[in-house]
Amino acid sequence: MPEIRPVPFRGGGFRPQVRRWVGFVVFVLLIAIAEWGTRTGWISNLTLPRPSDVLATFAELWQSGLLAKHLSPSLSRLAVGAALGVSVGVSVGVLIGLFSYFRAGLVPVVAALFPIPKIALLPLFVIWFGIDEGSKYALIAFGTFTPTVVATYGAVDNVDRTLIRMGQSFGLTWWSIVRKIVLPGAMPGILSGLRISLAIAIILLVAAEMLGAEYGIGAYILEAGSLYDLERLFAGVVILSVLGVLVSSAITMIERRLLHWRG
Amino acid sequence: MGPRQTGGISMELRLKNLSHAYGGTEVLRDITLTIPEGRIVCIVGPSGCGKSTLLRMMGGLEQPDAGEILQVGSPPEGCLNPLTYVFQDFALLPWRSVEGNIALALEDHRLGRQKRQAIVADVLARTGLSDFAGALPRQLSGGMKQRVAIARALAVNPAVMLLDEPLSALDAQTRELLMDDLIGLWTRAPFTSVYVTHNLAEAVRLGHAIVVLSRRPGAIREMVEIAAPLEARDMADPVLAAKQQHLWELMRDEARAADAELADA
Repeated sequence: MPEIRPVPFRGGGFRPQVRRWVGFVVFVLLIAIAEWGTRTGWISNLTLPRPSDVLATFAELWQSGLLAKHLSPSLSRLAVGAALGVSVGVSVGVLIGLFSYFRAGLVPVVAALFPIPKIALLPLFVIWFGIDEGSKYALIAFGTFTPTVVATYGAVDNVDRTLIRMGQSFGLTWWSIVRKIVLPGAMPGILSGLRISLAIAIILLVAAEMLGAEYGIGAYILEAGSLYDLERLFAGVVILSVLGVLVSSAITMIERRLLHWRG
Repeated sequence: MGPRQTGGISMELRLKNLSHAYGGTEVLRDITLTIPEGRIVCIVGPSGCGKSTLLRMMGGLEQPDAGEILQVGSPPEGCLNPLTYVFQDFALLPWRSVEGNIALALEDHRLGRQKRQAIVADVLARTGLSDFAGALPRQLSGGMKQRVAIARALAVNPAVMLLDEPLSALDAQTRELLMDDLIGLWTRAPFTSVYVTHNLAEAVRLGHAIVVLSRRPGAIREMVEIAAPLEARDMADPVLAAKQQHLWELMRDEARAADAELADA
């Protein structure tokens, strides 16, 4: 009598699946642990502020109107700087992707600029673009420019050549091929580059504001830090995190709109 | 849509002493060939014999080292792209609907919206795709995708259709269905065509003439004519079976030798 048993299952795994509530639960759990720890004294008040106190500080910030006062200059710096950096970055990236001379000339330049910590250049930017908004725009623009360029020309390189060949075979104009085949084909790569660029933009925003701004989330955090006011410090940090999440979900929305064809 | 249906009879393609090498590797040697009006010429040969290269040259996507390719006569009236390809991997834009993919070939010509829509509707109807106008390529089966590519090629009313292994990416059943479609399209409106394939059954079914290329460097070994009309070809016909057997005998040794070659010699 031969042994009979079911074939064991060995597949499965290695496939990300949607688990919507898990991220939320992790957040709630971490905050609950902090709250519980600070209340029982297991975590000292010097180490971590109590989440409920941070929330209270945040409410105060909101009611006093200071939130808007700090947030609006930050948001406009972020918008102007990132818009500049991303638009120039996408254009240069497309040029590098399309023309051999641009590639030969600019890829080494971009490689040289990429690793420079842009914050180190802030004093220089202050001299070039002035102490006010100009230097902050420039810092954010410069910081978003390099990753955008690299992502964009990589994305253009990855556009299916057979589609371009097809465009040529139907006698499409050069401009039509770029507009209707190269750009839409590069869009997934450009958008995922944008995710990184915009996160970098937020980091640089805070850095710029720490070095010379009266109002702004960065200035607010710096001030709280120098007074060792942990509640305010954390309230500022939470604003940054929320900003990051909002930017990321905005890109997800754009992706859903522009890349619905991927299914 | 009457006048467009008359198809593309009026231009023929002549290849004279065509030779080509990639680096030091000779891929095509002294090819002289005429593609007559209104006929389908199949080019068969073992893999790596340069048949796809030859086709790319015929449509001006690649330049031969030596020899010339001539268009004789003028393309038919209303022809927007005299030499038009159908590719093995369909080459559809994944971000455009079926309709949009066909319109792509028309957008650079000043046709006006109405005329363009009329052409798209016409070719969709001819290829049986009218119900799928709004679908995206990812929603379609391989066979449907290739029908879209054929519809796109028909939309520009080509003088010569260049088909590069159009059925090779499809399963055997779909291949049969598409062959019937192609025969139907040709019978209703004969078009001039070069059809590259490695499948002898396809060649015997669709070709008025079959050109057999030798393995690298590709040279014409033989040209086989099949007189039976396309729509009346029955694969059980002993004459056709004999033709296919003859082609296979021509190709067998070449294919065996080509198979044993190093890919990147």
